[in-house]
Amino acid sequence: MFWLEIAYLIGSLSFILGLKMLSNPDTAKRGNLYAGIGMGIAILGTILLHHNSEGQSIGNISWILLAMAVGTVIGYLLAMKVKMTAMPQMVSLFNGMGGACAAIISIVEYHGHHSQDFWLILVIYLGLVIGSISFAGSMVAYGKLDDRIKDIRANWLRILNLVILAVIVILVVMGVTDPGNSMFMWATLILALVYGVFFVMPIGGADMPVVISLLNSFTGMAAAFGGFLYSNQVMLTGGILVGSAGTILTILMCTAMNRSLLSVLVGSFGGGGTSGPRELGEQSVREIQGTDAAILCAYARRVAIIPGYGLAVAQAQHICHEFERILEEKGVEVYYAIHPVAGRMPGHMNVLLAEADVPYPKLLEMEEANDLMPQTDVAIIIGANDVVNPAAETDPGSPIYGMPIIQVTKADNVIVMKRSMGKGYAGIENELFFAPKTRMLFGDAKQSLSNLVSELKQI
Amino acid sequence: MWQDFAQFFLDYRDFIYVIILSIFLGIEVISNVPAVLHTPLMSGANAIHGVVIIGAIIVMGHASPDDTLSLVLGFLAVILGTLNVVGGFVVTNRMLAMFKRKK
Repeated sequence: MFWLEIAYLIGSLSFILGLKMLSNPDTAKRGNLYAGIGMGIAILGTILLHHNSEGQSIGNISWILLAMAVGTVIGYLLAMKVKMTAMPQMVSLFNGMGGACAAIISIVEYHGHHSQDFWLILVIYLGLVIGSISFAGSMVAYGKLDDRIKDIRANWLRILNLVILAVIVILVVMGVTDPGNSMFMWATLILALVYGVFFVMPIGGADMPVVISLLNSFTGMAAAFGGFLYSNQVMLTGGILVGSAGTILTILMCTAMNRSLLSVLVGSFGGGGTSGPRELGEQSVREIQGTDAAILCAYARRVAIIPGYGLAVAQAQHICHEFERILEEKGVEVYYAIHPVAGRMPGHMNVLLAEADVPYPKLLEMEEANDLMPQTDVAIIIGANDVVNPAAETDPGSPIYGMPIIQVTKADNVIVMKRSMGKGYAGIENELFFAPKTRMLFGDAKQSLSNLVSELKQI
Repeated sequence: MWQDFAQFFLDYRDFIYVIILSIFLGIEVISNVPAVLHTPLMSGANAIHGVVIIGAIIVMGHASPDDTLSLVLGFLAVILGTLNVVGGFVVTNRMLAMFKRKK
């Protein structure tokens, strides 16, 4: 028992240290490694040294090892094969697995023990509810980000959600007061799964990162309930750390978008502003050809690149880095202006650009970039839309009103690379495209950038 | 009711302390994270809550051989928990491998 507790202590410490180190670019990789090693020690310790209250050691070892082998192979392959652009949905998928694991633990514990202890039954129920919501919600979030599930926006869904939530609370209360009746447990399980689906369904794609982060902290809480159930310190500390860190991260993300968590959950995004989108009428856009764009950039002193999800979809991060490198060789100062929610998850764009070897001192956060924008000659927007939409600052009726944006209109020239005149992820018009200093460069981001690169080589 | 609650508090006092302190620790530990690291951090935290696998191992390890439901569910839970742990850490590592500092 002593050595097991030591193993759990090491595990807990490694989680704290790991999270701390993950918050700094220089130590992040080691932090992840330490947390992983700590996890390994805690798991190994459990298999070898754990005894239950009756003094029995862990049985069914061959089955456990088989299950772990299966999980390891599948998990490793999924994680290694996923493209960097699909990272957010992969995180969501793994999060769902953790949630399902927690829910299953609750089901088995409910059946195996017939405990009469009020608090233990309550904890079992809470683990079941939160784990199931996390699982179902994560699967829907995964499906949405992977474009397998479409948004369903309906007011009745929100009202239905509140009703379901109320019924779940009632079921839990009844289940806890009548622990012998397993009907309550199964009903709670089903309704919690349904709630998880309906909870994520109406939330717009642009808000999906916030939801994933929230579900992540849910799974943390579910793990903590498990820790409480087994008086297991490492599950408790690990679970609660993730629960609270995940909640803070969720709030940080909301702050980055200038939205409250409540408005995300109620889901007003993309549902149209109160006054509806302003009619832009028959305004025309001005196009620019690759040659002219290349000349404009080559003779600029400072160029800002504002990447968005379009860059990721076109897999254009490498050619973008090439473009930046050639400009630098010509003596142009280039920086990237990264909106906190560019891509589909905060920091997602940084990961993609890092993959293309862009040194991260070049990646400026929004505030820094906005300060530099008035002294910028050309701002090139590659596949971004909502994060540069001036309506966020000027049109109180816009659904994204109040969201901080990258103020590209302060730059002398704006070039927008876009596939077509389609709308952004939030589904709203962008006045920027019609602004006098804006020129549109239509085409696939990767193709346009390689054109620019070859043009630049000739200058 | 009050008696129950008082007893609960006394029985689980240590746990309650651990919970409260861990909550503050979780907030404190990540409060200075730059936006660049939001995604890897979320992914890393995601891997850490895979610690729930320990619960799955305990469930599976103490299921009696004739309790098919527990065995099947336990087996499934261990697979899912392992997926969460292994997938989580590997994905995070892949993301972080790209952050190479260049002078």
